[in-house]
Order: sequence, then C-alpha cells, then structure tokens
Amino acid sequence: MPAVRCVDVCKTYRQGELEVKGLDHVSLEVGEGGFVCLSAPSGGGKTTLLNAIGGLHRIDSGEIWLADRRIDGLGKGELASLRLHQIGFVFQAYNLIPVLTARENVEFVMEVQGVPPDQRRSRSMEILEEVGLKGLEDRRPAKMSGGQQQRVAVARAIASRPTLVLADEPTANLDSHTAEQLMELFVELNTRHETTFVIATHDQRVMGYARRIVRMLDGRIVDDTEQEAA
Amino acid sequence: MIRGKVTLRLAWRNLWRNHRRTLIMLAAVIVGAWAMIFSTALMRGMVDDMIQDGIRSLPGDVQVHHPDFRDDPSVVNSIAPPTDRLLGVLEQPEVVAWAARVRVPAVVSSERNTRGVTLVGIDPDRERELSFVADDMADGRFLESAEDQGLVVGRKLLERLETDLGKRVVVMSQDEKNEIVDRGFRIVGVFESSMQAREDGFVFAGKATVQRLLRMGNRVSEIAVLGTDYRHVEGLRRRVEEAAGPGVVVQPWTELEPYLASMMGMMDGFVLIWIVVVFLALAFGLVNTLVMAVFERVREIGLMLALGMTPAHIRAQIIAESTLLLALGLAVGDVLAWATIEPLKGGIDLSIVGEGMELWGASAVLYPALRWEDIVLANVVVILLGFIASLSPAWRASRFEPVEAITKV
Repeated sequence: MPAVRCVDVCKTYRQGELEVKGLDHVSLEVGEGGFVCLSAPSGGGKTTLLNAIGGLHRIDSGEIWLADRRIDGLGKGELASLRLHQIGFVFQAYNLIPVLTARENVEFVMEVQGVPPDQRRSRSMEILEEVGLKGLEDRRPAKMSGGQQQRVAVARAIASRPTLVLADEPTANLDSHTAEQLMELFVELNTRHETTFVIATHDQRVMGYARRIVRMLDGRIVDDTEQEAA
Repeated sequence: MIRGKVTLRLAWRNLWRNHRRTLIMLAAVIVGAWAMIFSTALMRGMVDDMIQDGIRSLPGDVQVHHPDFRDDPSVVNSIAPPTDRLLGVLEQPEVVAWAARVRVPAVVSSERNTRGVTLVGIDPDRERELSFVADDMADGRFLESAEDQGLVVGRKLLERLETDLGKRVVVMSQDEKNEIVDRGFRIVGVFESSMQAREDGFVFAGKATVQRLLRMGNRVSEIAVLGTDYRHVEGLRRRVEEAAGPGVVVQPWTELEPYLASMMGMMDGFVLIWIVVVFLALAFGLVNTLVMAVFERVREIGLMLALGMTPAHIRAQIIAESTLLLALGLAVGDVLAWATIEPLKGGIDLSIVGEGMELWGASAVLYPALRWEDIVLANVVVILLGFIASLSPAWRASRFEPVEAITKV
C-alpha cells in the first residue's frame, strides 16, 4: 500500500481578480519508505502539493490518501491529530519555537502527544546525538546557527517516529556543506527507520540524494523519474 | 486533550519574551490590585464604623422582645427577665455583652419646655459594654447602678429643654393599666453623640427605678445581645430564639435597623462595582498586551498548528498567558495591600475632616478593615474578567491558517 496517494487533485487560488491553478489534476503515489523530491520553479506547485498532502491546504477536488486513510475530507481537529501522530514537518524557516531549548523543541510534538517525560527525554537526547547536536540540548534557537536549527527541526520531525516526513525547501537557508550534511542525515534516517520522505525543492544538490524526482510546472506533474541516489 | 504542562511552560516563557511590556502591564495589575483592596479596606472600615456605631446606639446584634413591642413600644408589651435557660446562652463566649432594658415612650418636662423622648431604664454595668451612652458622656457622671435615681440626657435635649446639669426635670409615661405615672429626676449626666437624633431622643435612668415608676415588677422591654461579628448573627439569633422560648420574638439588627442593613448590602455591591471599574481600566492594557503578543507570534502559532496543536491548545496558551500575568500581579498586589493596611490598623486620624466624617455617622479615626472575603472577591473577579478579556485575542490566534501564518512576513 502506498504511503501517499494523490488522485486527480486540483487546487485553485485567487490572486486579486486572477484565478491561479496551484494544482492541476495532480496524481501521485509514493511507496512506503520512499525518498521523493518534488522539483519545480517558484510557483510551480510543489509547496502546494506538499501542504495538501500534510493536510495544511484544502483541495478543490480529487482525493488524498495517507496509507489507507483518505484525508481530504477530514475536519480541522482530525487533520491536527493526523499531523501530530503521523507526519513530521520540516519547513524552510521559522521551524522552531524560540522560547524552547533544542531538546524541548524536539520533545514538543511528543509532549503534545502525551509521551511520558522519561521516554521523551531519552528519545530526544538520542536523536539530538544522531543529528550531531550533542551538547547543544539546552541552547535556544537564537543561540544556534541556521544549520543547527534545521537539524533540530529534523530531529523534531522524526522524534515521534512519523510514517511520513514532509520537508519544504529544507536547505534553502543553508550553506552547501550544511545542506549536504542535512541531506545525508535524511538519507540515513530514511534508510534506518524506513520513514517516507517527500521533499519539495529546486536545489539540484538535494535532488541528487533522491531516488525519485517528480518535476512540476504550473501545478502539473510534467516528469516523474526514478534515479540512483547519490 | 490539552497538555497543561507544555501550555503553561510556553505561556510563562512567552510572557517574558518582551520583558518591558510585561513589566509595565504587571505594574498596572499590581497597582490596580493594591488600589482595589486598599480602598475597599478603607471603605469597609468606614461602613463598619457606621454600622457598629448604629448597633451600639441600642439594638445590639440580636434583640429579644414582645411580638407587639415594635408596633407599640409601651410597657404593656413587656417580657419577663431572662430565664436560666436563656442566661445559659447569654453567658457563652459568642456573646460579648447583653443587657435587659426597659424602654418606653415618655415626656420629659423642664420648667421651660416639654419634649417627647424614649425613656430607657438600664443596668449601667451591663450597658457599658453594649451601647454608646457610657462612652459618650460629656458632662457629669454616668449612672452608677440599676437603682440610680439620676437621669442622663443628651446635649441637644438639654438645650431644647433649656435646662442644665444638676437641675430637676419631670418624666411622665404610662403604666400597664395606661395610667399616667411620673416622677422627678435630677440630671446627673450629659452625653454627646455623633447623631443628633440620639442626643435629642433618649434619656437614661436606672432600670429598677424605671421599673418602679412604671409599676412593672421585674419585667423588661427588651434584651439586647452583642455577638462577636455583626455580619454573621444568624447562628446567635437562632440559639437565643431556642433558649428564649415562646411568646417572644428574636430579631437580628438587620431587621431592627433596616437602614444600616441596606447600607451594608449597598457596600457589598459598591465593592463589586469598584473592583469591576478598576479591572475595566486594566482590561484595555491587558487586551492590548495579548493582541500584541499574538501578532508578534503569528508564524510561531502557525508552526504549532502545523505540527498538530489544535486551535484549543492555542486558545489555552493565550488564556494561560493572561491568567499567569494577572495571577502574578494580583499576588504581589495582595501582599502590597496587606503590607500597607497592616501598619494602619491602629487607625488613620482624619480629624482634619472630622466634622464631615461625623455628618456621615463615622468617627474621625478610620480603622481600615481588611477582609479576606474582599481579597478573594477582588482576585476571583479579576481572574474571571481577565479570562473573558483574553477570549478575543485567544480566539483570533486559534483561527490562523497554519500555512498562511508560517509564511507571514
């Protein structure tokens, strides 16, 4: 069963007088443990598709399934619960809650889920070590570099063991060395935990790590290619 | 389910993100809480003084009398002196003082004028702790015993009768058979009171002397009982009623002096209005602080919603911020009010405006009355209204669309 299945999804925005097609009859399947890059120029529809899969955007028509559950008709509360328990998010920026330390940010989703404190703590420490942030657990985001902040965001995204991680331009604000490290981390997590990754990007370096690249233009999928990952 | 610990932690830390704004708002809450409690204590002190003064004018906290006495306060409607059973209750620690009195309408005549008054036959030792007259003596002496044949009158009455201390007057009333009785009394003492009606309307003589004058044996008109707390007299009234037996009525001061009772009720209402008014002044600052805090954190709130926090979580967080701010301000304000009032418990000398205070029926020394009920009321009202005031910013925050909020610049 695919981890993600989009069937004929359409989404239209209004920009003043104009109607813009964010997603134009998009159909896509991502298998469990997949590592897929959605690639498109700005306005091409990759972020819209990512947000639709994550239940952050309402679609106009079509179907979106996560495993065996259709999510496009769910209410706000059900979508919030779905995101909390099944999906890990990494955004381009503003990923972290500034008043929480790195460890607290990693524990945040687990805490809202109701995971017991000792379990939360050991898992967050373990994952922070895994992403190379051992020793920085008690630092607040303002005292960390952009790369370190993205690592914390990745740690948070995977700490609660989601089945799916959605990352939107995760390397956009990072230097090439940090971006490389982050992508290697994604690949390692994908391999080790069999977590499905869907990454929206137009960064060629990121695409090199993917096993499948889905290219979009004007809200439509124009190319879908399997490749040997780097 | 809303996770309380994470909600409180986020609320507390967010509160201190903008130290200056929070401290300014906190200072406003502290000053507001202090003002509410301090001024309420002053007002309570003044009203307490007025009510206690009223109660000490004669009624006491609870009074026993004949069922018809209030309609016809004549010697016909007298009652037997306290029985042993009633004395058992009157000697309990919850009774500060009690006195059995004779109280009848009478006419007092000097060689120049005649005035209608209330003749009160008292046992001076018992009355000393119960009513105003012993404390308010201005000239001459107070009565020495129930057998005392002298008369104590008010300054105003003395002027109206155009007589003086040491002179004789005639007091006339009716006995049980409605026969006129009279006798001469020498004025042995003059009292002055904050209320002119008292000076003008009462004359005091020894109880036994008055009983003999009215040919009523050892019967009395009323038994006045002073308890420990005039605000809570129902328990005392019930016990006195049970012990007094049938044939008499036992009434609390609130029925005997409805004007004073309404003043107390009015004061309670006024305290509540005052607290709400002070809060409304604070509310503008509070709502502004919360709205600012929400709009500074749009992206963060969007992130939390995207990660799976529900709108209810977000609302709870904003409300928790408001509640924490108010609770902290109230706690400091409460302590500050207590620390300010405590040294003033010995009384605040307002003799500079003493005449004005006396017109109100209050004394020139104001004793602030800090009541825990008022502190609780102020705290509960502020927290409740704060909750209501924070609903709007909290609701706004919870309505953000995650994606739009995260990308907001």
